[in-house]
Amino acid sequence: MASSGKSAVVKAPEPPAELVRESLVLNNRSLGWITNAIAGVCEKPMPMWWWPAFIVSVGGMLTMFALIAYLVSTGVGVWGLNHPAAWAWDITNFVFWIGIGHAGTLISAVLFLLRQKWRTSVNRAAEAMTIFAVACAGIFPVFHTGRVWFALLPGYLLPAPNANAIWPQFRSPLLWDVFAVSTYGTVSLLFWYVGLIPDLATLRDRSKGVMRRFFYGLFSLGWTGSNRHWSNYEKAYLLLAGLSTPLVLSVHSIVSFDFAVSVVPGWHTTIFPPYFVAGAIFSGFGMVLTLLIPLRSLFKLEDIVTLRHVDLMCKVLLATGSIVGYAYGMEFFIAWYGGSPYELYAFKNRAFGPYWWSYWAMISCNVISPHFFWFKKLRTSVVFVWIVSIFVNIGMWFERFVIIVTSLHRDYLPSSWGYFTPSWVDIMTFAGSFGLFMTLFLLFIRFLPVIAISEVKGVTPQADPHHPLGGAKGHH
Amino acid sequence: MNSNRSKPHGLLAEFHTAADIFEAAMRCRDAGFTQWDVYTPFPIHGMDEAMGLRKSPVGWFTFCGGFTGFFTGMTMIWYMNKFDYPLVVGGKPLFTPLYAFPVSYEMTILLSAFGTLFGMFFLNQLPKFYNPLFKNERFKKSTDDRFFLCIEATDPKFGMDVTRTFLTEKCHAAVVELVED
Repeated sequence: MASSGKSAVVKAPEPPAELVRESLVLNNRSLGWITNAIAGVCEKPMPMWWWPAFIVSVGGMLTMFALIAYLVSTGVGVWGLNHPAAWAWDITNFVFWIGIGHAGTLISAVLFLLRQKWRTSVNRAAEAMTIFAVACAGIFPVFHTGRVWFALLPGYLLPAPNANAIWPQFRSPLLWDVFAVSTYGTVSLLFWYVGLIPDLATLRDRSKGVMRRFFYGLFSLGWTGSNRHWSNYEKAYLLLAGLSTPLVLSVHSIVSFDFAVSVVPGWHTTIFPPYFVAGAIFSGFGMVLTLLIPLRSLFKLEDIVTLRHVDLMCKVLLATGSIVGYAYGMEFFIAWYGGSPYELYAFKNRAFGPYWWSYWAMISCNVISPHFFWFKKLRTSVVFVWIVSIFVNIGMWFERFVIIVTSLHRDYLPSSWGYFTPSWVDIMTFAGSFGLFMTLFLLFIRFLPVIAISEVKGVTPQADPHHPLGGAKGHH
Repeated sequence: MNSNRSKPHGLLAEFHTAADIFEAAMRCRDAGFTQWDVYTPFPIHGMDEAMGLRKSPVGWFTFCGGFTGFFTGMTMIWYMNKFDYPLVVGGKPLFTPLYAFPVSYEMTILLSAFGTLFGMFFLNQLPKFYNPLFKNERFKKSTDDRFFLCIEATDPKFGMDVTRTFLTEKCHAAVVELVED
C-alpha cells in the first residue's frame, strides 16, 4: 500500500516517460491558434510559388483536354494500343489513379473506426486527394472506349436499353466497376462535404469579403455548432465511415475482378482482390506523403501535421508494401505450383521477357523502398520520406503496367504476339492528368481549409471537459 | 416594425472552457429546461449525456436507404437481364443473386450514404440560413474558441430575470439577450 493516510485524494503515479503519448498538436497550441493557423492558409493571399504551380498545372490540364478532343475526333488509334495489347496506358492510368484515392478513404473512414486520433490532421487533404484522383481515374476508362458517345449513351455503361432494346450485361465485372467507381466517387464527395460543413461555418464567421461570406455561408448551410446538431452529425459521420470502409475494400476488389474474372494468364488469380487493395493503400499513402510533406512546411503547419504523423504513415507504407511484396512472390509461387504452362510462361515472360525493365522497376520501387522504414531515423527524416514516396508512386504505376501489358502482349499463339509502345498522345495525356489533379488540389488549398479544424480541436486536451487544460478544476 | 423593442429570442451565455459549458449544461438539464442548446466549435465528448439528449436516430435513415438500394439493385438486374430482354451469355443463368450482388452491394452503400446525409439534414433542419443567433457578433466565436449556451424564450420555465440570474449566478457566465425581428 502506497498510502496509509486518510486523505480522500488518491494520487495515481505518473506513467513512465516512454508510455506518455506525444500530443497530437505540438507546443500546447490554443484552440484559437488552431483556427488561425488553418483558416489563415486559405484567407491570406497565396504565397509566390502558388501562381507558377497553378499555371503549370492548368497548362497540363488543358493539354489533356486538347488531347482527349483529338482522340475523340480521330479514334483510339492515336494511342499506342495494338492488337494483343488492347489495354495499356489507359487502364494502367485508371487503376493507378483509383488506387491513389484509397488512402484518403482509409484515413478518413478506417482509421476513424479504429479510433486513430492522429488521422484528424491529415484526413481533409487525403480525402480531397481521393476525390481528385477519382476524377482523374474516371477519364481513362470513359475515353478508352473511343466513340465515347456510345459509352455514355444508354446501353453500355448506364442501365438503359440501347438502340436494339438490349440492356447492359450485369454479369460483366466491367459493369460492376462502373457502379463501384461511381459510388465511390459520390460517397467520398458526400463524406468530404459532411466533414467540411463545420469548417465552412468557421470560415463564414471569419470572412470579411462579401463573396466569401456568401459562398461559405451558402455551403455551411447555417451551421451553428449546436450540440443537438453535433449529436446527429457525429452519428452520421460514424455511419458514413462505416459505409465507406466496406466500400473502399469493394472498389479495388471489383477493379481487380476486371482482370481476375478473365481467363488471361497473369490475370486469372484469386489473390487479386486483397493484393490490389493493399497495393492501392500503399500507393495512396505514397501520394499523401508526397503532397503533405511540402504542404506542412510551406504553410508552417508542422505543429499540426507533426513528425509523428509522418512516422505513422511510413509504418502504413511498410506494412502495405510488405503485403505487396508478398503478393509478388506468391504469384510466382502459384504460377509454378499451379502447373499451368501458360501461367508459368506469363510470369517468366514478365520478369525476363521484353518488358523485364518494367518488372524490375516495379520490384525495386515497391519491394525494396518500403523496407527502409524499419528504421525510425529514416521514418522521421522528411526529405528521405518524400523521396521514397515518389518511388512508391512510380513503382505502383509500373505495377499496373506490368500486370496489364505483360499479360496481354503475348497471347496464346505466337502469331498473336506484339509489343506495346506508348504514343506521344499516351504520354502527354497521362502527364496532363497530373495537371488536372494538381489544379484541383491547388484550388482546394486556395479556398478550403486543408486540415479539419473542428476535428483537430476535438483531439486536443483543451477539448476534454475532464482535463485540466479543458478547464476541469477538481476530481469528478 | 412599430415597436422599438423586438420580441426576445432568449438568453445567450458565453463560456471560456469546455469544462465550464459542460457544468452549465448539466445544471440546465437538472433545472428542467427544454428549449435550450449549447453551441461549441467541436463536439464535446459526453455532452449528449450532460444535456440529457436521446440517441440520434440517423441510423434509421441509413437503414431505409440501404434497404432501398439493395432491393432496387436486385430488382433492376432481374428486370433487365431476365424479365424484359432475356439474353443468354456464355450459357450462364439469366438471373442469380450472385452475379447481381456486386452492383446491388454498391447501390446499398450509395443509397445508405444519401439516406445518412439527408437524414442528418432533416433531423437538424438544415439548411437554415436565418437564425437569431447570427445577429450576435460574439456568437461568431462559437466556431472558433468560445462556448455558448442559449435558453430560448419559448421554454416554459423561461423568465427573463430568473433565467438571467440562473445563468450568471449558478453558471458564472457572461449573459446577453437575443432578439428576433
